[in-house]
Amino acid sequence: MGLRKILDNMEHHFHEGGRYQKWYALFEAVDTIFYSPGSVTKSSAHVRDGVDLKRIMITVWFCSFPAMFYGMYNLGFQANDVIAATGAEVGGWRGSLIAAFGGYDPASIWDCFWFGALYFLPIYFVTFVVGGFWEVLFAMKRGHEVNEGFFVTSILFALTCPPDIPLWQVALGISFGVVIGKEVFGGTGKNFLNPALTGRAFLYFAYPASMSGDAVWTAVDGYTGATPLSVAAAQGMTAVQEQWTWMDAFLGSIPGSIGETSTLAILMGGAVLLLMRIAAWRIVAGVFLGMVALSTLLNFAGSDSNPAFAMPWYWHLVTGGFAFGMMFMATDPVSAAMTNGGKWAFGILIGVMTVLIRVMNPAFPEGIMLAILFGNIFAPLMDHFVVQANIKRRLARVQ
Amino acid sequence: MSEVKETLTQPILRNNPIALQILGICSALAVTTSLQVTVVMCIALTSVTAFSNLFISIIRKHIPGSIRIIVQMTVIASLVIVVDQVLKAYAYEISKQLSVFVGLIITNCIVMGRAEAYAMKNPPIPSFLDGIGNGLGYSVVLLVVGFFRELFGAGKLFGYQVLPVVTEGGWYNPNGLMLLAPSAFFLIGLFIWALRSWDKSQVEAPDYKIAKHTAVEEAA
Repeated sequence: MGLRKILDNMEHHFHEGGRYQKWYALFEAVDTIFYSPGSVTKSSAHVRDGVDLKRIMITVWFCSFPAMFYGMYNLGFQANDVIAATGAEVGGWRGSLIAAFGGYDPASIWDCFWFGALYFLPIYFVTFVVGGFWEVLFAMKRGHEVNEGFFVTSILFALTCPPDIPLWQVALGISFGVVIGKEVFGGTGKNFLNPALTGRAFLYFAYPASMSGDAVWTAVDGYTGATPLSVAAAQGMTAVQEQWTWMDAFLGSIPGSIGETSTLAILMGGAVLLLMRIAAWRIVAGVFLGMVALSTLLNFAGSDSNPAFAMPWYWHLVTGGFAFGMMFMATDPVSAAMTNGGKWAFGILIGVMTVLIRVMNPAFPEGIMLAILFGNIFAPLMDHFVVQANIKRRLARVQ
Repeated sequence: MSEVKETLTQPILRNNPIALQILGICSALAVTTSLQVTVVMCIALTSVTAFSNLFISIIRKHIPGSIRIIVQMTVIASLVIVVDQVLKAYAYEISKQLSVFVGLIITNCIVMGRAEAYAMKNPPIPSFLDGIGNGLGYSVVLLVVGFFRELFGAGKLFGYQVLPVVTEGGWYNPNGLMLLAPSAFFLIGLFIWALRSWDKSQVEAPDYKIAKHTAVEEAA
């Protein structure tokens, strides 16, 4: 128990009147990373199970790992595929690290993984350091604690970035997400928008050239390659099926944001979240059903001028960020609806809005991000009506 | 003398019409993409507020209470038409960019608010100064917002390239969000945040407060 002793010996410096009083939030954060907090709820009045905020957040973090590892591999695979075909080169420090430890062979899992790691890890590192800086700064100023919620925000934010994104934009995006999306409202538990998506939406509107379009989805300079979703929106389903099979899209060997490509990897993490009841199944089901309902309706309605009408629901599921948004973003317990009825309505609204934006709006091929933020705004209202309806129902019983 | 100074300077930071009273937000979002347009809008609004205050204050004892809003509107509308015509005559390009927003000064809550709250109860000279002061308060916020929006959105200030942008061979990558209306909301929000950190008396009392945790011993 050497570490416990070191921490205990240091502790008094951080308490009120101590030398490093200002840094208490940071000390507390380090302490709770290694040990569970001493001040846990002791009475049984509201203990449902052993899950606390710390464990929830760490579980979500772990659940995103399949998508993350597959994303790194796929990032490298997509790029190496292009490099093998065009003979493009990767320069700079990445080029020398690839030359030292890997290669450019798209068939080699290690080469692809190493390539992807060299792109993803800097993004994640910048997200973590810059976002963490704001977290700690606000924790110190406002006197609340730094909690594991930021692990989740940071990994989700990093996974929704396109591979080619410049690192300074990553820094700006996560700063906006953490400060404007969360801290100005009082920190964890008081934000009404998902901070990771707020940061991404900021980048999406501020720097559309590096967040959307066809040039950003493969980590090779100057290479343009559309995602299945934008192909579907522009040219229709036949053009998509010429390039990719449904299985490709489900397993994830398609271009896209780092973590969103493999529906299978996302569903693996998502299944754990659902089994542990961290993600609300009502929300996931609502998003899914909303999407299926509207896309099927549009299939039947048909359109001569808009090829995206013909996109079936099982393609909607595996393309773009739908699966990722449904499992990880919409289920954020803070910004989603709290009541059971509210969760259904919240999920269905998101599913419907996603298809609506994808199909009807020619400016945005992808809609799940905006749909979830839209749902976040309505979540408190839905909860309000569910609560009011319940009060009314019970009052009627009294009379 | 100090009272005169007070009427003039109080609305600039201590009692700012936008930051504290949250009035006149619409035009603050609409006209702040470039500083040149912002400055013209500020001058237009300041002169309308000042003169409407002056004229309404002069006739305040003759306005019947029951129709005072209509009378105020008539005065304000006439002044706005004058400003609009002057702009069309001498600054046509800018007047085109301002489009309906000059006309919409009529509905700007600051003008109406000052006429109703101040000019109806005070003599002409202080009313005039109050109008100028509130116009300046409005201008301060708009200029700050316009400064950041034009600088970060286009790399320019008053139309001159300050930060060389990437598309023209420079290094600055313009932030597209700054040219969209929501950025003005964020900037006004940050301005209010800064202002209230400096002057704590402007901070509103919280609507509700989360109760403290029950101590462990008590609960057990």
